[in-house]
Amino acid sequence: MGRLDLSRQRPILSKIAAMTAEIGQIFLVLALLAALYQGIFPLAGAAAGDNALMQTGRTAALVQFLLLAAAFGMLTLVHATSDFTVRNVVENSHTAKPFIYKLTGVWGNHEGSMLLWALILAGYGGALAAFARAGALTARALSIQGLIAAAFLGFILFTSNPFARIFPAPADGQDLNPLLQDPGLILHPPFLYLGYVGFSIAFAFAVAGLIGGRIDEAWARAARPWALAAWTFLTIGIALGSWWAYYELGWGGFWAWDPVENASFMPWLAGTALIHTLRVLEVRGAFKAWTVLLAILAFSLSLVGTFLVRSGVLTSVHAFATDPSRGLFILLILAVFIGGALLLFALRGPALSSEAAFGAVSREGGLLINNVIMVAATTTVFIGTFYPLFIDVLSGEKLSVGAPYFNIVFLPFMAVALIIIAPASALAWKRGSISDAVKRVGPAALAGLGAVVIALWLASPRNTAAALGAGLAAWAGAGTLVEVAKRIRLREKNALARAAALPKSYVAMTLAHLGFAVVAIGVLGAGVWKSETIAYAREGDVVSVGGFAARLDSVRRIEGPNYVADRAVFSVSRGGAAMPAMTAERRFYPVRGMQTTEAAIATDLAGDLYLTVGEFNPERGWVVRAWRHPLTVWMWIGAGLIALGGLSGLGLFERRRSPAPAPAAEAAPA
Amino acid sequence: MTRLAFVLPVAAFAALLVWFAAGLKRDPGYLPSMLIDRPAPDFDLPPIAGRERGFSTQDLKGRVSMVNIFGSWCATCAIEHPVLMEMAREGVAPIYGLNWKDKPGAGAAWLAARGDPYAAIGDDADGRVAIDFGVTGAPETFIVDAAGRVRHKHVGEITRDDWRRVLKPMIEDLKKNAQPAD
Repeated sequence: MGRLDLSRQRPILSKIAAMTAEIGQIFLVLALLAALYQGIFPLAGAAAGDNALMQTGRTAALVQFLLLAAAFGMLTLVHATSDFTVRNVVENSHTAKPFIYKLTGVWGNHEGSMLLWALILAGYGGALAAFARAGALTARALSIQGLIAAAFLGFILFTSNPFARIFPAPADGQDLNPLLQDPGLILHPPFLYLGYVGFSIAFAFAVAGLIGGRIDEAWARAARPWALAAWTFLTIGIALGSWWAYYELGWGGFWAWDPVENASFMPWLAGTALIHTLRVLEVRGAFKAWTVLLAILAFSLSLVGTFLVRSGVLTSVHAFATDPSRGLFILLILAVFIGGALLLFALRGPALSSEAAFGAVSREGGLLINNVIMVAATTTVFIGTFYPLFIDVLSGEKLSVGAPYFNIVFLPFMAVALIIIAPASALAWKRGSISDAVKRVGPAALAGLGAVVIALWLASPRNTAAALGAGLAAWAGAGTLVEVAKRIRLREKNALARAAALPKSYVAMTLAHLGFAVVAIGVLGAGVWKSETIAYAREGDVVSVGGFAARLDSVRRIEGPNYVADRAVFSVSRGGAAMPAMTAERRFYPVRGMQTTEAAIATDLAGDLYLTVGEFNPERGWVVRAWRHPLTVWMWIGAGLIALGGLSGLGLFERRRSPAPAPAAEAAPA
Repeated sequence: MTRLAFVLPVAAFAALLVWFAAGLKRDPGYLPSMLIDRPAPDFDLPPIAGRERGFSTQDLKGRVSMVNIFGSWCATCAIEHPVLMEMAREGVAPIYGLNWKDKPGAGAAWLAARGDPYAAIGDDADGRVAIDFGVTGAPETFIVDAAGRVRHKHVGEITRDDWRRVLKPMIEDLKKNAQPAD
């Protein structure tokens, strides 16, 4: 009897399950309505001074987030269950794909990533609604957020619907691009989007501040944590992407200056400038108009980056040509939001006077130099990225701007940044003193010189420019550390207690600056001082590089879930001392007909040994490539330090030392 | 003066927008070969291992034909291969093969295992001729008219759809129109 009941229920359940995509679509439409409400009513409430109306915006923001989370859940469900009646699943999934990649495949495509973008946007809106102080500024910012959300939800629904069905449904899917089936890429896009989209809050605050006519210290205090959070996420996202490129693309390149990378780097550079000026505005009330402009720019570059570059006006194949409505829609969104914000800036900006005066040699002066460097660097990357499009439009010629351009025009800015980073951040606010700064540079200069000598002596190939770079990085790193030592009076008693009592903004700055110097060292090592051996090897042959000897023990054909691979096992030794065995693979994914390289990497603090296995030649053996990438690991350590700096600036590691004013004192753990 | 500085960003953005809008009409995947509507490059390639006939510019004159760039190392070529076989069976136009940067014997072995759709094959071991054709990757296919001029370039694999909807009609057009001109 029970069995009979079950069989009656199952069709109903499966009917509901079969409607997952439609349910998701309904959530999406409802989210659009909530976003429209959020976009209109708090703004109207702020104009009318109606507190209750402003408050409803918070509810709308939270509702919009929940609806989008539900819609995203539905898309995840159709991917998880491999529902091949949904076009998006067909184009990006396959029954045999490992389950984790069925989940990450949700955002491994245009439509799904747009939905993730909108979800994160709504998440930020929800967070703003939940945590920001009540008032006209927050209400207006919420409205701007809502309008952006409405625009993108409209874009998704009308041009990029992830829930669209396909008929007739095929038996199986086309699989996800195998390069994207990788642990490093599970988290890379979400972090990148958390960064890009996070700048929308700073943008919303900028526009809200311009509408309200008040950009002051309180405004900076409200906007800064959001900008810092976005910047931190973006840092992590870029580092993850770079790390993925390093180990997955099979030759150890970590940055190629391709448009997609530049798209994430430009908002990061502008964001770096922004978090610095926000600090000046917060403490000194200076740089008002400039800060607002940077807030607009950081998000604008995120938008331009995500949509013009990622979606293909510049690079990808046929993305817009087959569907010009998408491109037009995006351009319209850009025109309305970026154009609108900049127009507002042109009208209201002149009224934002900064009366705070400061001397040329001062913390403000140093931060101004930081800004000039960052904005100039952003501009060079922008020009390099979009130049091919400009030329194409002008003359119909196709060309590409390569890494040499970027290295020549971009790296000098970073050299200047390394030179000034430590002394400038040691200057006092308002009026610093050069003589004070000069007194402190002794040890740092010594460290810099030492690094130059070591680099010239030890590193090969000998490269004077790189050695100077290493000197600058050591100078910046040591200078930053010396400053901390001076500040906590390291040689006297209780230095540790003083270190623990350093303000969070100071800790954040120190970590991030140190991280920057460390990244510079890693980039030099991996970019300049690498060595490489390519050889044919049969089982038993030894390939040597940079003091390492890798013996090819065996190559076996293995079957993965959705690929076949040749798996090579190497026994490795360094100067005769054995190291753990290393395993490299060459995979073939039959559904997409693509090959990927899984490199074997052994890491220590001095650098990486990087092995890949290539094609088999019946006469000569396997193509084995062995690299020594020195100091690479310091890139990731440095990026980690920068991100840690961002997190500590957000107060994530702060112990509450004094009880908060209103509630009962917390028992402070020792 | 200062007011002007505040107007600058929005003005710059407006200019940028115009540029983007103009760029939108362009298909970034469409890399126009420098050769479109120009004579195919001059070359005379040796045959691949074990074959007698090579492939030269002369083969491209006198009738509409296709030049397909392939390599045994190219995974997408293996996917394209069955479609090329069908195209060869239809006999609308001969397909010439440019065996690109392959190891000696590898191309021949690859074709022996899969079947040979080509009217003739040139061994472009060092990739010189492919460069002259402006090849960006394999597979790539060119349509050459009866006068030996390159008329179309197809990047990536040819699907059955591409063949039926784009390439075949184009070839049939060229065949019709070529008659009065010659």
